[in-house]
Amino acid sequence: METTQSFFSGFTPYDLLFLGEAALRTLWISVLSISIGTVLGAIFGWILYEGRWIATLTIAPVLDIFRSVPLIIQLVLFYNFAPIVGLNLDPFASGLVILTIYTAALVANVARGGIEAVGLPMRRAARSLGMSYWQDLRHVVLPIGGRAVFPSWVGVALGVMKDSALVSVLGYVELLKASQILITRTQEPFLILTVAGAFYFALSYPLSRYASHLENRWAQ
Amino acid sequence: MISIRDLHKYFGSLHVLKGINLDVEKGEVLSVIGASGSGKSTLLYCINGLEPIQGGSVTVDGTDVHAKGTDINKLRTKLGMVFQQWNSFPHLTAQQNVELALKIVKKLPRDQAREIAFRQLRHVGLGDKLDVYPSALSGGQQQRLAIARALAMEPTYMLFDEATSALDPELVGEVLDTMRLLAEEGMTMICVTHEMGFARDVSDRVAYFHKGVMEEIGPPSQIFGNALSEHTRKFLANVR
Ligand SMILES: Nc1ncnc2c1ncn2[C@@H]1O[C@H](COP(=O)(O)OP(=O)(O)OP(=O)(O)O)[C@@H](O)[C@H]1O
Ligand SMILES: [Mg+2]
Repeated sequence: METTQSFFSGFTPYDLLFLGEAALRTLWISVLSISIGTVLGAIFGWILYEGRWIATLTIAPVLDIFRSVPLIIQLVLFYNFAPIVGLNLDPFASGLVILTIYTAALVANVARGGIEAVGLPMRRAARSLGMSYWQDLRHVVLPIGGRAVFPSWVGVALGVMKDSALVSVLGYVELLKASQILITRTQEPFLILTVAGAFYFALSYPLSRYASHLENRWAQ
Repeated sequence: MISIRDLHKYFGSLHVLKGINLDVEKGEVLSVIGASGSGKSTLLYCINGLEPIQGGSVTVDGTDVHAKGTDINKLRTKLGMVFQQWNSFPHLTAQQNVELALKIVKKLPRDQAREIAFRQLRHVGLGDKLDVYPSALSGGQQQRLAIARALAMEPTYMLFDEATSALDPELVGEVLDTMRLLAEEGMTMICVTHEMGFARDVSDRVAYFHKGVMEEIGPPSQIFGNALSEHTRKFLANVR
């Protein structure tokens, strides 16, 4: 009786700290994969837009695979098969790689849509002023197209942050994994899942707030 | 001077310009008229290199536009262009719209760019709209903004591609007035237009395009009073 008592013990303030720390890990892996994935995705999107048949033969099908295979399958496969090709990655690194590629695959389509949204007439106007291809891309396509697809990008970013929970299957102790550990010990799933949910909300709310602030400002 | 020699342009198998020969002297105002699809816009795009050509040549002040070694971006600053759709940059204020290319193409310092932008916006009657975003401007104002943006690069030539066709009728006048003003100031202009009044009153010469061929070119009195070509007469009878 005594041993069971200490094994299954109640929720303590210390556990809140444990969850907070895990939330930081969720934040960290999300911020990294969203940032790197967005840069890669923008480049892929540009290749999809410009590359035509070369892109349809190379990166387009690869990106399709990463977009359509469930993330959890990608994670487990990559984590277990990476060592075979000599990559010994810990759960964090494996999760980061897959989340980044997954983000890039989603962002690539968003980015291509952004370039298409700018339209040829606008780009010809820019070029007629003497702007180079790259100046047009940087000073006209990026701000105009970027704003057009910003809401979709925010959707991707928030989605990836929530999907980062799946990295728990590799044993990386982020929010979900931490919650599972605490649930096993305290037997208080409702309380703990509520607290974990609150943490997820606290992580995504600032981003969505800031996003709608930006959108309002752009709309003047 | 702009010299066009035996210019041929294809879109795939579609032969759009069939051997155009045309010289435009400095200070001249040339209007280009013709039915839809006759190749008028394409001619302008070939002049500033926005479209590649398949035969012949276009020379601007002695520089071959389509030659391999040509610095096309530098050459384009000599050739201001205004489009049917005004294409103001929606994320920038009127002033920033004009300043952008001055800063990144001409690499002018901020205060110099600002001064030129202010001068050109006043020039086209937008001196009180400096901090306004395009979404708050009317079509006519946006088109004048586009003209100011092109003028700020101090081009030698201005190419107008139906600058008034997308405008509500009551806004056409203000843009035509701005174009008249430029003509009076001695700007060299090639104006693709459906405004026959403008073509007759403002141009030194009028060119009539028919199915990719420059069917006839001459002073307005010839084209509108005494056209040599049957096609020209028919076209004008229909638009009037
Ligand atoms: N990018 C393109 N690809 C394929 N065909 C094109 C392209 N641009 C123009 N064309 C074709 O070339 C021909 C000439 O077009 P252009 O736009 O120069 O005519 P236009 O005289 O300016 O007509 P409009 O008065 O309608 O503006 C048309 O048949 C058009 O369909
Ligand atoms: Mg046209």
